[in-house]
Amino acid sequence: MEKNRLFDLLPGEEAIIESIDETLEGSERLREMGLSDGARLRVIKFAPFGDPMEIKIRGFYLSIRKSMAKQIQVRRQPQLQNRDGSEI
Amino acid sequence: MKSDSNISPHPASNWVAIFGNPNCGKTALFNRLTGLHHKVGNYPGVTVERKSGQLRGTSIEIRDYPGTYSLYAKSLDEKIVTDAVHAWRSTADRPKAVIVVLDATNLSRNIYLSLQILDWNLPTIIVLNMMDEVARKNIRIDMPGLQHHLRAYRVIPASAKTGEGISAIIEAVKNVPPAKENIERQPRLIEIERYIHPLRPLIEFLEEREEQIGHNTTLEALSLISDFRHINYLKDVLTKEDFRRMKALLDEAKLHFDEHKIPYRALEQASRFAFIDMFIAPVIGEEKISRRSRSEKADRILTHRFFGPLLMIGFLAFIFNAIFSWAEYPMNLIENLTNLLAGLGQTSLPDGPLKSLLLDGVLAGVGSVLVFFPQILLLVFFLAILEDSGYMSRMAFMMDRVLHKIGLHGRSVLPLLSGFACAIPAVMSTRTIENWRDRLITILITPLMSCSARLPVYILLIAAFIPDRLLLGFVSLQGLALMGIYFLGMFTAIFVALILKKVFRGMPSPPLTMELPPYRLPMMRSVAWQLIDRAKSFLQTAGSIILAISILLWFMASYPTADETLNLSPAQKIEHSFAGRLGKAIEPVIRPLGYDWKIGIGLITSFAAREVVVSTLSTLYNLSADGGSSSGLIAAMQNDKHPDGTPVFTLLTALSLLVFFAYAAQCMATFAIIKKETNSWRWPLLMVSYMTVLAYVSALATYQVGKLIGFE
Repeated sequence: MEKNRLFDLLPGEEAIIESIDETLEGSERLREMGLSDGARLRVIKFAPFGDPMEIKIRGFYLSIRKSMAKQIQVRRQPQLQNRDGSEI
Repeated sequence: MKSDSNISPHPASNWVAIFGNPNCGKTALFNRLTGLHHKVGNYPGVTVERKSGQLRGTSIEIRDYPGTYSLYAKSLDEKIVTDAVHAWRSTADRPKAVIVVLDATNLSRNIYLSLQILDWNLPTIIVLNMMDEVARKNIRIDMPGLQHHLRAYRVIPASAKTGEGISAIIEAVKNVPPAKENIERQPRLIEIERYIHPLRPLIEFLEEREEQIGHNTTLEALSLISDFRHINYLKDVLTKEDFRRMKALLDEAKLHFDEHKIPYRALEQASRFAFIDMFIAPVIGEEKISRRSRSEKADRILTHRFFGPLLMIGFLAFIFNAIFSWAEYPMNLIENLTNLLAGLGQTSLPDGPLKSLLLDGVLAGVGSVLVFFPQILLLVFFLAILEDSGYMSRMAFMMDRVLHKIGLHGRSVLPLLSGFACAIPAVMSTRTIENWRDRLITILITPLMSCSARLPVYILLIAAFIPDRLLLGFVSLQGLALMGIYFLGMFTAIFVALILKKVFRGMPSPPLTMELPPYRLPMMRSVAWQLIDRAKSFLQTAGSIILAISILLWFMASYPTADETLNLSPAQKIEHSFAGRLGKAIEPVIRPLGYDWKIGIGLITSFAAREVVVSTLSTLYNLSADGGSSSGLIAAMQNDKHPDGTPVFTLLTALSLLVFFAYAAQCMATFAIIKKETNSWRWPLLMVSYMTVLAYVSALATYQVGKLIGFE
């Protein structure tokens, strides 16, 4: 379980949202921005000072603090493209 | 007929509302729809809740609301939108039509708000903005399919950039059909059976009171269960007894969910996105998450671990340098014009009090502030570019860790940077910070950012008393001093924020989620609009407050007139005037800071607006100069002597004054806006008192320590 948080993903990894702790403050806003269960995302990077992290979901880019990313359970997905971003 | 009264707009309503997500280009579109004919509710004391204007070529009013992601408000900004929408329960408050603006390159997220608004079943125009980008990115949107699934009155592809679709929107508003044709009762979501079932009793109860509620009852039930604040909107529409019964039914439903361990708090959102994934996603050609957008590629450098912060510092340095050097020519021009006018007046106007009032009071006072207009415009220009290009969000992204540490928010970057232009809009822009603690700290430290009104004072003092030399052959000493005084404000702000974080440690600080919008070339049109708005408000201040104070000061410095037989010099006459007496009265208090009575008058008059000190000094020196010759203020200050022959202004006095003006809360408008935004006297009073103490103590320390180590 511990290893399947959004927080645990590395830049470039893709995953599907399994669940977001609904008692988490701010989780409602995440839902409204389309972070619904089953939505697919990709981790872009961590900010220069290590926090927050940037993800791409539903065609847009979102900055999210690590403390929050720890409360989001995900399932890793195989990447469908080469490392340089070109599709296989 | 029940359903009719439920959905029809008020026959008399002749206005439309315009909504949209942040970053959807709504403001630019609003400007396109209205031309420049809009009113911006501006400070001080005026509510800035919304902009409104006239739809071009019609008599229809169009009201602009702040950008929002949903109708469940998370911040004050969003609450304005939510309150406005819930007012539609009453027929009289319904608009003729609603416009929802969407970023067409990012529909699957943008469409959520539209679904919420569409379900109020007013004639709704869905505007797909940024179609030019959609074409460039090869995104295919099935317009008829979208129209079919959304069941909107119109879906109009548009672009605020190219002007595409603007006339179609205006036509659509003009031709809004009679209400009956828009009857549409099926909410736009997918009801999830195991959720809906426990809510049935509540829904049935609400259905019996549909007339009062004025909104789809299934949605009301979902909103009640999803958002605990929603219930407040029903307080006024239901009778006390009904409200109590509804609460009981709601509690029962919650209990049922809890007993069966069904998560229910994100019910509405889940049902909406189920709808989006089922019906909308197939027709909007969404960008794959694996696709590296151009912005993402640019960010490899721009938010790079090492180069990102470095570039950011570079950009900011460039901006501050530009403000200083680019503004020189227009400033000289304004100065020359003022001198030309003064010369003309000198020769053509008859001698007397009126001439003195016009030349020494009005022209000298207003002219000396107007000369800094180019710099203020440059700063506003750069802020608009940073915001519209999308780079401002990247700064927030990069700085969040640091800002969070001192009790702020990544989003505090915008208010704090805007604070360099003017604290008033900066304080207002803190509304986008969802959390009260972060917001309050940001509000309280924003006035420490050196606003553009301080710039005239800084420039005057630096130009007069910091040597115009180059360090190491290329760094201007004057530029360095200016940067130093800006940094002084910034570092002090960090320090104060740390203290406030300790003071407010009881308040929670929820996590940051912030969109990083794609980089876009700022639309010059939109930048120009922002410039015009700001220019107007600055000139109004210069034209009213500063004019009034200039005249008041001229009066105070000219009256009572001294006895002619004593044959006093002009300077002695001023000492005899009201102004001189007042300045003298406070001299003992400010003497230890290195100031004389003239500066004392400046401090008094600039409590209301700090830039006034420049015109005060200008008025005072113009009057004391022989024959009113227009020798520059700088020269007058450099040459001014105490009765014993020592100069009034030394380097140390100038430094002490710089520090004082960097810290002092000399702005009535900021005080008023903080009172309004915090809805309490406590916070503006705290702001003024901590800043005044800071200003006095620091200026005192600067002067006395400087004297001790042998300056002067």
